[in-house]
Amino acid sequence: MNKNLIEVKNLQKYFEISSGVFSRNKSIVKAVDGISFDIPHGSSLGLVGQSGCGKTTTARALSLLDPKTGGEVSFYNEDTSSMESIDELDGEELKNFRRNIQMIFQDPYESLNPRWNIKDIILEPLNIHNIGNLSDREEAVYEILKTVGLTPPENYMPRFPHELSGGQRQRVSIARTLIMKPKFVVCDEPTSMLDVSIRISIMDLMLNLAKDLEVSYLYITHDLAVARYMCDRIAVMFNGKIVEIAETEELLNNPIHPYTKRLISSIPIPDPTYTRAEYKVDFNELEGIISSNKEGKDMIEVSKNHFIATHDVKGLL
Amino acid sequence: MNILEVKNLDMNYETLEGNVSAVKNVSFSVKQGESFGIVGESGCGKTSVAMSLLQLQADNGKITNGEILFNGKDIVSLNETELRDIRWSGISIVFQGAMNSWNPVVKIGEQIREAIREHYPNKSKEDNTNKINELFEIVGLDSTISDRYPHELSGGMKQRAVIALALSCDPKLIIADEPTTALDVVIQDQILKEIRKVQDILGLSLIYISHDIAVIAEMTDNMAVMYAGSIVEMGKTKNVFANPQHSYTRMLLESTPSIVGEKKKLRSLDGEPPSLIDNDNCCLFSYRCPNPTDDCKNRTVEMQLIKFEDEHYVDQCCKDCG
Repeated sequence: MNKNLIEVKNLQKYFEISSGVFSRNKSIVKAVDGISFDIPHGSSLGLVGQSGCGKTTTARALSLLDPKTGGEVSFYNEDTSSMESIDELDGEELKNFRRNIQMIFQDPYESLNPRWNIKDIILEPLNIHNIGNLSDREEAVYEILKTVGLTPPENYMPRFPHELSGGQRQRVSIARTLIMKPKFVVCDEPTSMLDVSIRISIMDLMLNLAKDLEVSYLYITHDLAVARYMCDRIAVMFNGKIVEIAETEELLNNPIHPYTKRLISSIPIPDPTYTRAEYKVDFNELEGIISSNKEGKDMIEVSKNHFIATHDVKGLL
Repeated sequence: MNILEVKNLDMNYETLEGNVSAVKNVSFSVKQGESFGIVGESGCGKTSVAMSLLQLQADNGKITNGEILFNGKDIVSLNETELRDIRWSGISIVFQGAMNSWNPVVKIGEQIREAIREHYPNKSKEDNTNKINELFEIVGLDSTISDRYPHELSGGMKQRAVIALALSCDPKLIIADEPTTALDVVIQDQILKEIRKVQDILGLSLIYISHDIAVIAEMTDNMAVMYAGSIVEMGKTKNVFANPQHSYTRMLLESTPSIVGEKKKLRSLDGEPPSLIDNDNCCLFSYRCPNPTDDCKNRTVEMQLIKFEDEHYVDQCCKDCG
């Protein structure tokens, strides 16, 4: 069995912007500009960066909500035990494949249909994919509600989203995602809209489910402290590119790219006696690493499983 | 010297379902140059406290009891005209999501000028322009921002301009209500530094309201933890973090992830915040308390801050539970 569940090579998502009379002026926004990473089975990768760096665009391209404009995404195919490029899929194959990739959105207030009750919301994916008969489906909804901690399920099934709190709604989103038994879930800041008090219980729920159901996450957040709690590895994104990727503790303890250092130095620490080191970006330090990169690769490995980008560091901050 | 003293403040919202006691028996004081933090989950009354200080609460909100002494003078009993003198030139406030509160069709500089003119009608136009440039310099903005419209600025710049606006009438006390909540971490870091710098330069007092205990740790000297409208623990920030006494404070601290130190299992705060309608005066945390005593379960202990150590107070209900 291949160790990776998903392999992303040089993923690009460009948007064409037109302006002027008759839209004659065209320009291109490179929202995601050639990023590569892979996620092993049952492992989670955090994608962190500031607003507008392309995190959500990456998520949408990976979950096939928006077509990518370049690069290759391959997914592990259980039947053939090999990696399969998603470009080769179409029609029925693609529909089946989509079951493996699900997404949890940021805002539980907007991502659930307000006119549907909880049962229908969670049933919808089963209906679309035509799984089992009606009583099987209802049984599945009942079970999944128990799994995500909305008990007793019969109390929640007839309710509507507006009757639930933010945390409960996000549990419904998670239930809707997991009912397809996906292998890979893209989470786009699933806890950033939630209150501190319920944030941890949602994060713990997701961690436990990942373990029990062997799901891999791509976890998008701007908060490194949350990423540390949730992820095995972290990729730092800046201006559409991944600038550094490493195992979580390694990244936090030995950050190399100046942008990563700047990001780490801006996270407040819940300890009044702790003084954060102020980090000003020092480009000379980076110069050495770049010049040593003679082969012209995009990422170089500085220590085991710790990669940094060597391009475009001059324009940082 | 205490610049602000709040004594036994009660504030209710009258609603169709009943009286919502959003602020209950809240007392605290802020010294000259000090920064005071208020932390708690959504709906605990943080913003209601801030709004009652300037009496900007919604129309159905009434202060039913207590005193707010600003520079030794009670401001609860003042009428609108007298309050106008204190708003902005005595106490100013940076609202939550304030960067979206700019008027989109008026230039930034003009909007700040408007506030200054209201309080100092006799100042010349030139004086005001100088003042605005000076304010922009303090918050790290270029003076050309004056001639820009709000949509031309980024979120971080708008928020800096809001801080400049809050400083425009030389207040003694600034209330910052979640000033960085909508911003991302790097911008948040810059704004926090800016606020601290401004406070140092001008010797202001600051009330900093946040749900993020990590930000409170960085920004404040003293802090209060609010739960369901009441202060349940109050003291020097250092002491509260080092030696938290109330179960709720402990749970808040244990539920905050950090990027330094050992990676530890976080504790979730189970349960929902209680309804604030028509409650008795007993500890509302007892429903969620991990180890409540019989007294709290039977609801016989009234809420009351008692002294735990020097300048460190805790609600008496929770002194035995921890």
